[in-house]
Amino acid sequence: MTDDPRAAVERIFRDEYGRLIASLVRRFGDIDIAEDAAGEALVAALEKWPRDGVPPNPGAWLTTTAGNRAIDRLRREKLRDGKHQAAIMIEDDTPHEPTGVIEDDRLRLIFTCCHPSLAPEARIALTLRLLGGLTVAEIASAFLVQETTMAQRITRAKAKIKGANIPYRVPETEDLPARVGTVLAVLLLIFNEGYLSSGDGEPVRAELTGEAIRLARTLHELLPADLEATGLLAMLLLTEARRSVRVRAGELVPLDEQDRGGWDRRLIAEGHALVRACLAANRPGRYQILAAVNAVHTDAPTAAATDWSQVVALYDQLARLDASPIVALNRAVAVAELDGPEVALAIVERLPLDGYHAWHATRAELLRRLGRSADARAQYDAALAVCDNVAERAYLTRRRGQLASA
Amino acid sequence: MTQYLLSVHGNEEEYAAVPEDQWPEMFAAVERFNEQLRTDGVWVFAGGLEGAETATVVDAQGDTPVFTDGPYLETKEHVGGFWVIEVPDLDAALRYATAGSKACQGKVEVRPFQAEPPAEA
Repeated sequence: MTDDPRAAVERIFRDEYGRLIASLVRRFGDIDIAEDAAGEALVAALEKWPRDGVPPNPGAWLTTTAGNRAIDRLRREKLRDGKHQAAIMIEDDTPHEPTGVIEDDRLRLIFTCCHPSLAPEARIALTLRLLGGLTVAEIASAFLVQETTMAQRITRAKAKIKGANIPYRVPETEDLPARVGTVLAVLLLIFNEGYLSSGDGEPVRAELTGEAIRLARTLHELLPADLEATGLLAMLLLTEARRSVRVRAGELVPLDEQDRGGWDRRLIAEGHALVRACLAANRPGRYQILAAVNAVHTDAPTAAATDWSQVVALYDQLARLDASPIVALNRAVAVAELDGPEVALAIVERLPLDGYHAWHATRAELLRRLGRSADARAQYDAALAVCDNVAERAYLTRRRGQLASA
Repeated sequence: MTQYLLSVHGNEEEYAAVPEDQWPEMFAAVERFNEQLRTDGVWVFAGGLEGAETATVVDAQGDTPVFTDGPYLETKEHVGGFWVIEVPDLDAALRYATAGSKACQGKVEVRPFQAEPPAEA
């Protein structure tokens, strides 16, 4: 082991955490027992590994150790309380009912964490805690809430899972597409909070974008035939590829001004390969189309070389699946490049998105290009009033300052 | 197995506004749903309630019981009926609630019963 053996053990533990917890939850049917046992296994590893070396299969070692600790604990409780339930957990080794789709403990658990009967913010927190292995303090700081608030949120969600008997299993085939959609939405929310963070802290939180990608990768590995899971992973990779040049000196850098040499070519290659796989299957869905839009952008050597007609065509396709005004807004941004700001502004101004910062920012930009400085200024002000990302605020403030005085 | 209460919450004025000629269709749909619950072996109990104005609240926490006219909560929406079903987990309960909601044309709240405490050995 290298310089800091403790940190090395903790890193392995975190990498294995999702798998470890998922297998313990499946075996003991209880999240609290699983978390306690995993914690005890970490203590044991911290004691043993720096002394004896990391075992050849650390994940298996942790699973066995944690399983033994859980059984010890249940035995003690059984002796002390004559607990019926404890006895069942130790002795019942009947095989679990087949799920029909795929058997993987993490897949079961992610469907539990992202169950539609849990509040959306609880789904995010549980997923990061149980599958991502983030601590409650880390999740609380990532979402800018008090640690006690986040702990309560997680405790309440776990109590609902237990009390309402939310199952640990992959949903029935008929429910699967909708339930996968819920999981993908949670992963995208985690990614977005990292990519365009709210609050006054860091404008980008790489730990969240990284975790969302790690989980999306896992989901894609577990459900390789689900094209929307493939599409989401591709979309996240192609967005993440631009992360390092997206903020400069505390200010957001728009796509057309980014240093494309700073984009991560490895992530782009991986994302493009996934998009090609989706195109070949030819069953487009929301995330696949958004991934394809990102593929067009990351394919262009310069902003001017972007194939805007392709982008508009993709948003047309998306609008047929999802007629939301936000899709129409994104489409209009591409229309501005193809048909000019006047055409785009006419579309944008019809959209019922008052109070949405990107709507005001887009209008401001189009009005600026049309030389309507006073109107543009009012829209920059409206965007700034509702924008809660520090880097985007800095960018909008500078743009507003550059307007010709009316 | 867990028992769940599926309660139908609705605005009684809105229910009353449904034209009478549409009632038989709704009753038939609910009856088909009830039949499905029995066939699947998940039926425990079900019933429709009289209007909330027929309710009486009893409070016997003090020395003398107090009887008050009307429902406990002063809201527009009241429980109009319910099913109690016994199924393996929440996913199954939500599937039945989905069918129940369609049948009775109302919102259905799904709430688990507390597990019975294990019998003393």
